[in-house]
Amino acid sequence: MDNITDNTQLMRIRIRNATKAFGTLEAVKNADLDVAPGEVVLIIGPSGSGKSTLLRCVNRLETLTEGDIWIDEDLVTDQRGDIRKIREEVGMVFQNFNLFPHLTALENVMLAPRTVKKMTKAASHENALRLLARVGLQDKSTTYPAKLSGGQQQRVAIARALAMNPKVMLFDEPTSALDPEMIKEVLDVMLDLARDGMTMLVVSHEMGFARAAADKVVFMDQGEIIEVGTPSAVFDSPKENRTRRFLEHIL
Amino acid sequence: MAEVNNRDEANRRITVTVSDGALIPDRGETSLFSAWRISFFGAIALLIILPTVRPRPYLDIMRFLPDGILATFQVTIISIVIALAIGLITGLGRISRITVINRIATIYVEVIRGIPLLVQLFYIYFALGQLVRVPRLASAIIAMSVCYGAYMGEIFRAGLQAIPKGQMEAALALGMSRSQALRKVILPQTFRVILPPVGNEFIALLKDSSLVSIIAVSDLLRRGREFASVSFQYFETYTIVALVYLVITLFLSKIVSLIEDWAERRG
Repeated sequence: MDNITDNTQLMRIRIRNATKAFGTLEAVKNADLDVAPGEVVLIIGPSGSGKSTLLRCVNRLETLTEGDIWIDEDLVTDQRGDIRKIREEVGMVFQNFNLFPHLTALENVMLAPRTVKKMTKAASHENALRLLARVGLQDKSTTYPAKLSGGQQQRVAIARALAMNPKVMLFDEPTSALDPEMIKEVLDVMLDLARDGMTMLVVSHEMGFARAAADKVVFMDQGEIIEVGTPSAVFDSPKENRTRRFLEHIL
Repeated sequence: MAEVNNRDEANRRITVTVSDGALIPDRGETSLFSAWRISFFGAIALLIILPTVRPRPYLDIMRFLPDGILATFQVTIISIVIALAIGLITGLGRISRITVINRIATIYVEVIRGIPLLVQLFYIYFALGQLVRVPRLASAIIAMSVCYGAYMGEIFRAGLQAIPKGQMEAALALGMSRSQALRKVILPQTFRVILPPVGNEFIALLKDSSLVSIIAVSDLLRRGREFASVSFQYFETYTIVALVYLVITLFLSKIVSLIEDWAERRG
């Protein structure tokens, strides 16, 4: 496949022959994908196509049935390896935000650096304030998630992931649960991250974001990667029939 | 992913409310003459009027009971603290993916819930008493905690399962270990969820603690029995005993409903 380069040493994420089965159902089949450092890759596809499952395998929230995934030199799929060390360097943003409701916005951002990296209270506090400012929520630091809008919650969730200073960010349909007027504020933050050189793997159908920030678009259907290309190549002149049919549906 | 969502849904469906809701004042009921108000203030009025109008024997009875009230609270509070500890461990065991631990916790819950508390009490005091001599009060507390620990375990299980799966995932994705996630993310939320049912269990335990009078622990009921057996004034004595229990439990149930309101407002 043309999305695989020989120079694998340079890849931040390497997915090889990834297969994930739930019982007899193969959610992901023989997927191969490379993401270079600083690259932004968007995964699109109909619901049930395996795109979220593939993403969740990258930080082993799901365990592959077969195949391997590397992040730089670390083999994610090595069951004996310490997955926590890898997860510290891989931030994840969820469709439903999953903020911790018993903690304020600031405490949400501070928790992992405090408990996992044993950062001092002062240092993590300062770091969290800086990150909340970066996502435009410095004035919401003492607010509980229940009092924040969906867009604000998702921005706190991004700040929370960034607090661990990750080298890869995974986004699992980050704007799907949002009201239309809040999508832009989240995409703006993601765009800003992309421009900063963050390596990003994003499951989303946001065409605007794809055209503005994505280096590659991956189309998945029924667990398989059908087509990979630049946003304009995939959106404007898809090679595969299945891709074309899907795009007709969502445009 | 459709299949993932289905699993989430299945998990959520298992979550059941364990609280029986007994004795909780109807929170929609705000009228001046709500059932709770009539019962509570009616009982207090009787406890004031009876001794005033007929100090003999009512005032004598009321002078005789405070030691028993203290003993009742002593048994109740110590037992609930131990039961909470047992319940936490049992609840975690019930959701454990390690088969042996899961099985042990489940067997404990099934066995204890299948035996009446009174039988358990007899078993620990009289049956086990043949092997090791356990003091009355200790027997009472052991029986109450072991029994209520099983019910608490089910409350903890339901509370733990009520926390969305995404919370654990978010914590793990940040690099936390399972035990860190449990302590920092899952349990703080669980405690808030289970506060009202735990309050209900506390009230139920306080009422059930009257059973310990059978093994001669001097609780509220036992003190009443002692007074009645000397004075032969059964009607008067047990009227006061019943009213005192009623005032205590109604008062506590009000507190539980206030906690419930608070928990709801905090989301």
